[in-house]
Amino acid sequence: MTGITGGLGTEAHRTTVLAQIELAHGRSRRRFSATFVATWIALVLLFGGGAWLASGADINFVFTSGPVILSGAGMTILVSALSITFATGLALLGAMARLSTHPIPNGVGSFYVSLFRGTPLLLQIIFMYYALPYVGIRLPALAAGVLALSLNYGAYMTEIFRAGIQAVPRSQREAGRALGMPERLVMRRIVMPQAVRIVIPAVGNEFIAMIKDSSLVSVITIHETLFLAQRIGRSAFEPVAALLVAGAVYWTLTIIFSLFQDRLERRLARSDR
Amino acid sequence: MSVDAANPEHTHEQEHRLGRPAPPGSGYPVGSPMPDHLGDVIVRTTGLEKYFGTNHVLRGVDMEVRQREAVMIIGRSGSGKTTFLRCLNFLEEPTIGWIEIDGVRVEADPLRARSRAHQEQIRQIRLRAGMVFQDFALFPHMTALENCIEAPVRVRGLPEEQAVALAEKFLDKVGLLEKRDEYPSRLSGGQKQRVAIARALCMEPKVLLFDEPTSALDPELIGEVLNVMEELAHEGTTMIVVTHEMHFAREAADRVVFMDQGVIAEQGPPEQILEAPTQEATKRFLRRFLLT
Repeated sequence: MTGITGGLGTEAHRTTVLAQIELAHGRSRRRFSATFVATWIALVLLFGGGAWLASGADINFVFTSGPVILSGAGMTILVSALSITFATGLALLGAMARLSTHPIPNGVGSFYVSLFRGTPLLLQIIFMYYALPYVGIRLPALAAGVLALSLNYGAYMTEIFRAGIQAVPRSQREAGRALGMPERLVMRRIVMPQAVRIVIPAVGNEFIAMIKDSSLVSVITIHETLFLAQRIGRSAFEPVAALLVAGAVYWTLTIIFSLFQDRLERRLARSDR
Repeated sequence: MSVDAANPEHTHEQEHRLGRPAPPGSGYPVGSPMPDHLGDVIVRTTGLEKYFGTNHVLRGVDMEVRQREAVMIIGRSGSGKTTFLRCLNFLEEPTIGWIEIDGVRVEADPLRARSRAHQEQIRQIRLRAGMVFQDFALFPHMTALENCIEAPVRVRGLPEEQAVALAEKFLDKVGLLEKRDEYPSRLSGGQKQRVAIARALCMEPKVLLFDEPTSALDPELIGEVLNVMEELAHEGTTMIVVTHEMHFAREAADRVVFMDQGVIAEQGPPEQILEAPTQEATKRFLRRFLLT
């Protein structure tokens, strides 16, 4: 090692060694971040640029038709936000039903989860829009799409919530009961707030999946990102370029959402054990 | 909510002179003078039995605990002492027997076929019996203060300012007033347990139940919890403590109960049980502690 002053064991020696370690750690951290970012940029250019070149599309397409596709992002967000809200409510009810000791709510809950996890989401969307009118229920496309997404995601999230509620230690419930709290109050004030913290990472994944799966409602003519991309791709004779732009829009939305999720998790972690 | 909704048929304890001779069932040698601060019987179990499946854990426990009495239950693991304590506030459902706390009397209902009115009776028992757990069981999403005011506000219906004042009083009592706004994750084990004691006190229960309150603590943190408990005992808090801390029992107990194989094997004043036990099982159990 160079630049060490003072003899072994002296304060000066120790200070120099610690400073050198600190310096080296800083250097290696900075080198890691720089290379990490460079790798990302290289991969985006390689695959994005490569695909774009292979499509043979004019770069002007991005400026002329890009804004149209981007305008579908509003509908994507609307469909996703509505569906995830309803799905969360359904999942809460579903989880309560699945945890009930009464056979009827328990049966209803397990039937619901089985049906909507056991059939394809795409089928459910088409069914709500094209099949329900045969029994006299005529839903606008947006309502049909949101209904199908909500029911489907509600079924998956029911299981997530159920697992989260069960993950709260038994002693927490006992502590609530021992304080004379009725069961409902124990559930609402003690179990639920802790279950919510436990399920946030998993629910965040569902939110992200929802942003992407909302593209399925393009088959029932909802003017969201993918629908607009396909339409403008056909009319401008640039189908591949249109898909690339749509993909970029979804990707960006999910990245933005992940950042929010990280912040939320960190904020809730403050009171963690 | 009135905590004195005493069931009239069970107020048959006559007015006694303090320091009176021990009657049968009191847990003291019959006729010997009981500690003179003891009041009337406030906790009574009759023929309490508990099965876990076919495992006969409690085999008929009759116990009386008097106002201001500190009872320490000792015994090896598996002797049924924790199960007994958890039956007292129905965290475990007894299989057979009666439990009466401060005039509220509830019979075992192993099939859990209780009517709503009966379930309310259990809640009334829980309001009268505060509990401190081995693993603290503080609510991790609430600060120390919030832990303490939760049940007083939402169960007893106290106005928030009043509940906060009460919580501050008891947090101060356990020496943690300055930690009132900390989350449990920021407290040491000993501090958590002291907050848990304050939380139980805030319900102003008639009796405090402690389930091995120091067993989950690092050795150097045990003292601060025992000090709080000893102070409570000396102030005349009615308490039933399951513990392995023999020195603490010697100092703070009015009565020591040795449980063995699901029954009370021997009981009496601490100096008698801990220093001159008559039962072979008690002697064998205590020998391990004398060696340390």
